[in-house]
Amino acid sequence: MRDATSILLCHISKQFGRFAALDGVTLEVRPGQLVALLGPSGSGKTTLLRIVAGLESHDAGSVHFDLEDMTHTNPRDRNVGFVFQHYALFRHMTVLENISFGLTVRRRRPRLSKKEIRERALRLLEVVQLGGLQDRYPNQLSGGQRQRVALARALAIEPKVLLLDEPFGALDTKVRKELRRWLRTFHDEMGITTLFVTHDQEEAREIADVVVVMNRGRIEQVGAAHEVFTRPQTDFVREFLEQGASNEFFVRESPQENVLLRVIG
Amino acid sequence: MLSSPTSPTPAFSAAIPARATNRALTESFGRVVQRDPLWMRIGLIGATLLFLLALVLLPLALVFIKALERGVHAFGAAISDPAALDAIRLTLFISISAVLVNLAFGLMAAWAITKFEFRGKSLIITLIDLPFSVSPVVSGLIFVLLFGAQGWFGPWLREHHFKIIFAWPGILLATIFVTSPFVARELIPLMQAQGSDEEQAALTLGASGWQIFWRVTFPNIRWGLAYALILCNARAMGEFGAVSVVSGHIRGRTNTLPLHVEVLYNEYASTAAFGTAALLALFALFTLGLKTWAEHHISGKRQTDSDFRSNE
Repeated sequence: MRDATSILLCHISKQFGRFAALDGVTLEVRPGQLVALLGPSGSGKTTLLRIVAGLESHDAGSVHFDLEDMTHTNPRDRNVGFVFQHYALFRHMTVLENISFGLTVRRRRPRLSKKEIRERALRLLEVVQLGGLQDRYPNQLSGGQRQRVALARALAIEPKVLLLDEPFGALDTKVRKELRRWLRTFHDEMGITTLFVTHDQEEAREIADVVVVMNRGRIEQVGAAHEVFTRPQTDFVREFLEQGASNEFFVRESPQENVLLRVIG
Repeated sequence: MLSSPTSPTPAFSAAIPARATNRALTESFGRVVQRDPLWMRIGLIGATLLFLLALVLLPLALVFIKALERGVHAFGAAISDPAALDAIRLTLFISISAVLVNLAFGLMAAWAITKFEFRGKSLIITLIDLPFSVSPVVSGLIFVLLFGAQGWFGPWLREHHFKIIFAWPGILLATIFVTSPFVARELIPLMQAQGSDEEQAALTLGASGWQIFWRVTFPNIRWGLAYALILCNARAMGEFGAVSVVSGHIRGRTNTLPLHVEVLYNEYASTAAFGTAALLALFALFTLGLKTWAEHHISGKRQTDSDFRSNE
């Protein structure tokens, strides 16, 4: 196992027009931790994650990996593994080509030979338990399989940190439960610093070392999972956790439109 | 959007992966077979066929019949006449140039509109559409007003011995103007539907701008792009109105194929006129074949996507 990287976010602020998406957020993620950003839609958790990756700009504050200031580093050079809610697999490439992509475009480090790239991609495919599917196209895979390919693709570049944006949000309940248990086990083996966004408190409780509850661009509470759930420190956290116990959930999240559905019955 | 608890739809839409919902629904609705009475179906299909036969197929056939009326030899003579050859050359040159310009402009415009957020975006989309809504004659006149002898830049152009109106640059400008929306119009909805997740994924994996374009974006849009370029080419070859205004009809120099057809027709050289028209129609049919082929590729892709979704 390599030495894990820490993430330090200092006073991150971000405005969308007049709306403050993030309002002076400071957060430290220790090396090798699995941290959940939990909160309702519009709380700024996805924006924060995208700022860590460099996919979104921010107005103030800084991002550090270990002691290195990454604030002005191009996302291309940040060496982060990013997993999208809707997989974002390259649809015209096979599974193997998808996983190898990062290795074939890489400019730093001596480039690997074609054979080495193939071997590493095949090994990763085994790691995510999809051995034998290397020649399939993304549209020939199920949602759960696609997300695992996306994870293997992100891991291929040996990222310093792994960032997951609602990684199981588009999957059905059964697959979601399986996959998150698997992610926890996997994280324990790899020990890579991981930050993931979720609106599902059960998910956060089950797999995260540390839970960060966010609301309206601010952090409400940070703590070990059991601590946050047993001792909520603010009214918001208490209400949010109670609410989560009812059958309310978010079906889709995008910057433009948030859909909140309440299932009756 | 916050749906009310009493609405019956939430439970239903919650069952479908949100992103697939729209497309999946339209596709499944698209496949609903109409259960209208037999006479109605036969009537509608029949009327459509009759319409196509009378207004499209018959005139087209007539062009070929007229062209070959005096034998293959006369047809050959009509299209190998020096003036006709010049017109063919000019038409090919203009249409290829217009297609290339369209390719560059369309890609840039579609990229800018779908990948960036900025003010005035909808205004740009409207502007891109403008050439389609303006009459071609007006489009031609715009260029005469700008570059003609009495136009804004007329004196300056004369001083520097540039000729735009009544010369090929004018024809090219007019053709580019009327065809400019094709690629952008086709690519914008396509690229909007695809989003930029794949590009962002490629970026975090360490790809450069060029690598992202060639290895991720381009493969996803190539058939749409091919389709748009084919349509653009068809329009560029056939454009009459705008070109007619700026060309000046100088035989052997500024006559494109459609203009050449008109000149011949006005001179009562009907075999030659129809012969040239037949040639133009052949180009069009060839383009139509290409278009069908490109469409087949596009829909083939969509088919596999939706097949997969229904298995999910």
